[in-house]
Amino acid sequence: MPEHLSALDLVLTGDPALFAIVRLSIAVSFSAVLLAAVIGVPLGAAIALSSFRGRDAAIVVLNAMMGLPPVVIGLVVYLALSHSGPLGAWGLLFTPQAMVIAQTILVTPIIAALSRQTIEDLWLEYRDELTALEVGPVRRIVTLVWDARFSLITALLAGFGRAAAEVGAVIIVGGNIEGFTRTMTTAIALETSKGDLPLAIGLGLVLMAIVVAVNALAWTLRRAAERMAG
Amino acid sequence: MIRRLLLALAFLAFVPPASAQQNSIVVASTTSTQDSGLFGHLLPLFKAKSGIDVKVVAVGTGQALDIGRRGDADVVFVHAKSEEEKFIAEGGGVKRFPVMYNDFVLIGPRSDPAGIGRSKDIVAALRTLEAKQQPFISRGDRSGTHLAELKLWKAAGIDIEHDKGPWYKAIGQGMGAALNTASASDAYVLSDRGTWLSFKNKGELTIVVQGDKRLFNQYGVMLVNPARHPHVKKAQGQQFIDWLLSPDGQSAIANYRIDGQQLFFPNAGDPNA
Amino acid sequence: MIRFEDVTVSAGSVTLLDRLSLAIEPGPPTVLIGPNGAGKTTLLRAAMGLLAPTAGRITRTGERRAIVFQRPTMLRRSAAANVRYAMAGSDRTRELLALVGLEHAADRPARRLSAGEQQRLALARALARNPTILFLDEPTASLDPGSTKAVEDVIRTVSGRGIKIVMSTHDLGEARRLAGEVVLLHRGRLVEKRPAPSFFDAPRTEEARRFIAGELLV
Repeated sequence: MPEHLSALDLVLTGDPALFAIVRLSIAVSFSAVLLAAVIGVPLGAAIALSSFRGRDAAIVVLNAMMGLPPVVIGLVVYLALSHSGPLGAWGLLFTPQAMVIAQTILVTPIIAALSRQTIEDLWLEYRDELTALEVGPVRRIVTLVWDARFSLITALLAGFGRAAAEVGAVIIVGGNIEGFTRTMTTAIALETSKGDLPLAIGLGLVLMAIVVAVNALAWTLRRAAERMAG
Repeated sequence: MIRRLLLALAFLAFVPPASAQQNSIVVASTTSTQDSGLFGHLLPLFKAKSGIDVKVVAVGTGQALDIGRRGDADVVFVHAKSEEEKFIAEGGGVKRFPVMYNDFVLIGPRSDPAGIGRSKDIVAALRTLEAKQQPFISRGDRSGTHLAELKLWKAAGIDIEHDKGPWYKAIGQGMGAALNTASASDAYVLSDRGTWLSFKNKGELTIVVQGDKRLFNQYGVMLVNPARHPHVKKAQGQQFIDWLLSPDGQSAIANYRIDGQQLFFPNAGDPNA
Repeated sequence: MIRFEDVTVSAGSVTLLDRLSLAIEPGPPTVLIGPNGAGKTTLLRAAMGLLAPTAGRITRTGERRAIVFQRPTMLRRSAAANVRYAMAGSDRTRELLALVGLEHAADRPARRLSAGEQQRLALARALARNPTILFLDEPTASLDPGSTKAVEDVIRTVSGRGIKIVMSTHDLGEARRLAGEVVLLHRGRLVEKRPAPSFFDAPRTEEARRFIAGELLV
């Protein structure tokens, strides 16, 4: 990015480097949330509907994993994807794909834990009817997930917020390579370390503006859809 | 199979495909080299010449060498001669080539609480700092800069590990962070000239000691050993190294300036470097 | 159709059904009456298969069962979607909604219907399963007279089509209106089980006599 320009200048002049960074940040976090949802929502739903010994312990562990430090996840994924590690042959280290993988691991517990709570609450309501209607386990999960979809969106947004805001995981597995694996947060870290604090803060505001925009969009969609479905 | 599924899912979601990586190499280098802006100057020139995309992963020297050891980079480009030679001796790299040097400078508050003045003697200055227990920021991260700092304490006859007190703060981070901390706490810090010149948060700090031969900072480049890591992009990596050492590369290095000042001095031909 | 043999249902230290033996046979509606806590809901749930007996046996002869709970839960969908959700066999949604008088509300969100409408929708939903036996737990308890009449009319129609009705009620008047057979429960025990006219005209037990007279059975 050009020196001596504020973040606002970069936005207004449509600086390509800045836009590439924004695009990558959104792409990586969005992908991670999608993957995490595919894994986490059914997982949360399954736990919500299950009863087995150690269920309480499983829920405590799942909730605790929401607090996994991103930098630790980054380190573990790094060691796994390193050419000296077990998955080195995949050649994914220092690529955006590695960043998606790390963030997926970060976000899945959040989505699973929140989904579990949401679905368990709805199951309490639906239990009698679904049991009386002799609905099988798979159909139960589908019904609950579908009927709870608006609350689940909130869980996804929580995941997105977490992913978009973190730097520890993506900087280790991505390498903060200019034009390739540099995201908003890693760029902020870089500009801070170069002492360009105004630019770093400016980028931070841009990042927050994006996250607010994503939330606003999701809220609008949710209201519209709720009005239609009741 | 699992890999393809994972990649498909990851690709599916908007992320640029990995196929763009084909004509590219990964170079593990240091944050100070990155922060000086040198790569921003050199890499487009190299790409124009060779068509190869150089992806720089900039971390501390220790981590850069570790990345090379693991085979996660094709080339390692750092400034810690003894560590580099160890790397070669362990079989991590093929051969070490000197590329260029820059120098370290001792940075401190304009008000000069230690009374060093504008000195050319780094060893005397360090002895003064220790005697007067002046706040000093160390990178403490086994980087090239950190290792140079430790060598200088030793040259001053100070066993810093033993003699350090609360005035000596090892922060375990990069050069920019160290300068930020020094600026915020009116402390002394050893920095490479390149990072200092492009640092934007100088505050009340200024150069206190420079020009001492002992502040020399030599850069070396190595190809990661393809015998140990067969996937290393040997040909392209070597192309990059060759270019750095070539007259073209060496003059490109010399041409890089900040505020009219040359930062790096090419010395590929120096047998003692 | 369903036979209870010496069935006891306990929850912890509380006995909900106490060595109850009873046979439910095809024919006109069987109406359960009795004070609160007598075990009416428990009996319906056990007959439906939602509860397992703590002791004794319940045998069934493979009929299709459906139940309408006292406070039915609407799925977060339209009224029609609720009925379609439970549909067994070909789609009779329109027909069932018409039967309970909710055709006009087909596409409205089910949760926005009034209590009476929701009760009727729950009825339509239960009927979507094509049951041979239909359980209803105090279906008109919280309804105004207009809605009560609507629900009772549907029950009569459905019974007329050959579906066995087993329902509980608080309202003796409703029992008189609908019952073919009356079952009086008290403290988890079966007190009397008689065809409706004989029960009301000539109750055999003291408890039944007092209950019909409107006394509180404790």
